[in-house]
Amino acid sequence: MSERELMKGNEAIAEAAIRGGCRFFFGYPITPQNEIPEYMSARLPEVGGVFIQAESEVSAINMVYGAAGVGARAMTSSSSPGISLKQEGISYIAGAELPCVIVNMVRCGPGLGGIQPSQGDYFQSVKGGGHGDYRMLVYGPSTVQEAVELAYSAFDKAEQYRLPVMILGDGMLGQIMEPVSLPEMKDISKLPRKEWAADGSHIGADRKIINSLYIEPDILEAMNIKLNNVYIDMSKNEVMCEEYLCDDAEIIITAYGTVGRIAKSSVQMLRKEGIKAGLIRPITLYPFPTQVYAKHVARAELKNILCVELSIAGQMIEDVRLSVDGKKPVSYFGRGGGNVMSAEDIVKVIKEGR
Amino acid sequence: MAKVFTKTKMLTDVPFHYCPGCTHGISHRLVAEVLEEINAEGHVVGIAPVGCAVFAYKYFNCDMLEAAHGRAPAVATGVKRVNPNNIVFAYQGDGDLASIGMAETVHAAIRGENITVIFINNSIYGMTGGQMAPTTLEGQKSTTCKSGRDLTVNGNPVKVAEMLATQDGPAYIARVSLHNVSNIVKAKAAIRKAFRCQIENKGFSMVEILSTCPTNWGLSAVASMDFVANEMIKKFPLGVFKEV
Repeated sequence: MSERELMKGNEAIAEAAIRGGCRFFFGYPITPQNEIPEYMSARLPEVGGVFIQAESEVSAINMVYGAAGVGARAMTSSSSPGISLKQEGISYIAGAELPCVIVNMVRCGPGLGGIQPSQGDYFQSVKGGGHGDYRMLVYGPSTVQEAVELAYSAFDKAEQYRLPVMILGDGMLGQIMEPVSLPEMKDISKLPRKEWAADGSHIGADRKIINSLYIEPDILEAMNIKLNNVYIDMSKNEVMCEEYLCDDAEIIITAYGTVGRIAKSSVQMLRKEGIKAGLIRPITLYPFPTQVYAKHVARAELKNILCVELSIAGQMIEDVRLSVDGKKPVSYFGRGGGNVMSAEDIVKVIKEGR
Repeated sequence: MAKVFTKTKMLTDVPFHYCPGCTHGISHRLVAEVLEEINAEGHVVGIAPVGCAVFAYKYFNCDMLEAAHGRAPAVATGVKRVNPNNIVFAYQGDGDLASIGMAETVHAAIRGENITVIFINNSIYGMTGGQMAPTTLEGQKSTTCKSGRDLTVNGNPVKVAEMLATQDGPAYIARVSLHNVSNIVKAKAAIRKAFRCQIENKGFSMVEILSTCPTNWGLSAVASMDFVANEMIKKFPLGVFKEV
């Protein structure tokens, strides 16, 4: 971590992914993530990589499937409507146990919605998204620096668990400019050979097949169990969560991504006024930091948890409630349509006892 | 006794699951024989479709990727761009290539993606049980046009080879048939030429192969060959539509 540069979120994520080993990017334009494919188109050829602007998001994710299937570090990015189109391919990637990285700079919906920030794709991201029984490792960074660090290690995690890794941002994270420290370029020539890759070199009993088709129920069930064991393993080892001033907190705000950052300011404002507030900010949205909530709801002095999201009814709040397991009241504050709450708005909600 | 025939090493020993009289088996063998002739062993990747050839990955003796329905040209693009020295081919039926995967097909061709596509046109959906395909002939019966394809209701059968030949990206586009021995020989020559194009980095190549589906056509194997010769070729004329 040496250089310090002022970078836009989208461009910083792109550069961090390249430094983390990404050499193949397949994209399609959609606001507010366009700086990622634009940056990749100029930068990847400089490092011996390939950028293709596909004819659709559907095609782009299937190009990722092909490149990942032969062992390359491949990536795509999009925003909500485009991510919906990619879901078919993401399901196949999960089923074929292929590593890849997908960035979703979420905009509001449903439908064409708007281009302003939203957190309306939480369910789609953490509960599977496409058809069938699968999960991804899902990160919800709250700053450009955090996004850089997660994007840098995303391919290592994707290959360790052989699954897609999603970085779930929003239009705000993608567009904001912040100073960032960029990590060193990884030497991808030193990565171990992927024994499973269908790289064209095999024949006979040794040949490799990338596939998600299992006609025999017992064999498919065994595959589903194998995948589930990966998710259990990931839940034990990959949970990331920021706990801020929670140890003596009487009220805990919980929020992720850019809202987590706003909520942190709210906690600081409340503390100045003598209100014992804290913040639980999940960084991995799947696996969800259930144990962190369980730990704090056991404290007698904790009165209430307020979940704050860019969603009218809330989506993460369902996982929060499962984690809290009825042991404390969980209330909710959300905005939608691209409107973003201020730190003061959250403070007001808490003071009014909502 | 002298050995007079050996199966190509680019096919595995797994028995084909195809119906009697279906020409998928011939197509597989021709492609595999060409792969052996061009010494593709050790640097070839195939893409299997969704459709009757969904298990093609069991038969071609090389690394294979199973693609989602219609997405084989996009998957092949990802494969080829990672290692341009590999021979990359997609094997697809008419529902896969010309209906749900039309966009992927056309854009791979327009990009001049240096891959070879083997297109099995049997004018019907085989695996799902005989529904109307984008290539179903006028008047031809299927389970979703029971009285025969009505152009005013169902539109026209698509001529993929002619359409792709209008674009600048493709290097070689041909349509062949397997209804008799002389045409099988010509089909193999076309497949060989398509893979040669790829080896010479000329760009996208596709061979459309008119094929039979006795089971869903409700015809005998022999009558199916006659249907190709007498009906399909009228709508889908054989020939080379583009060669650079």
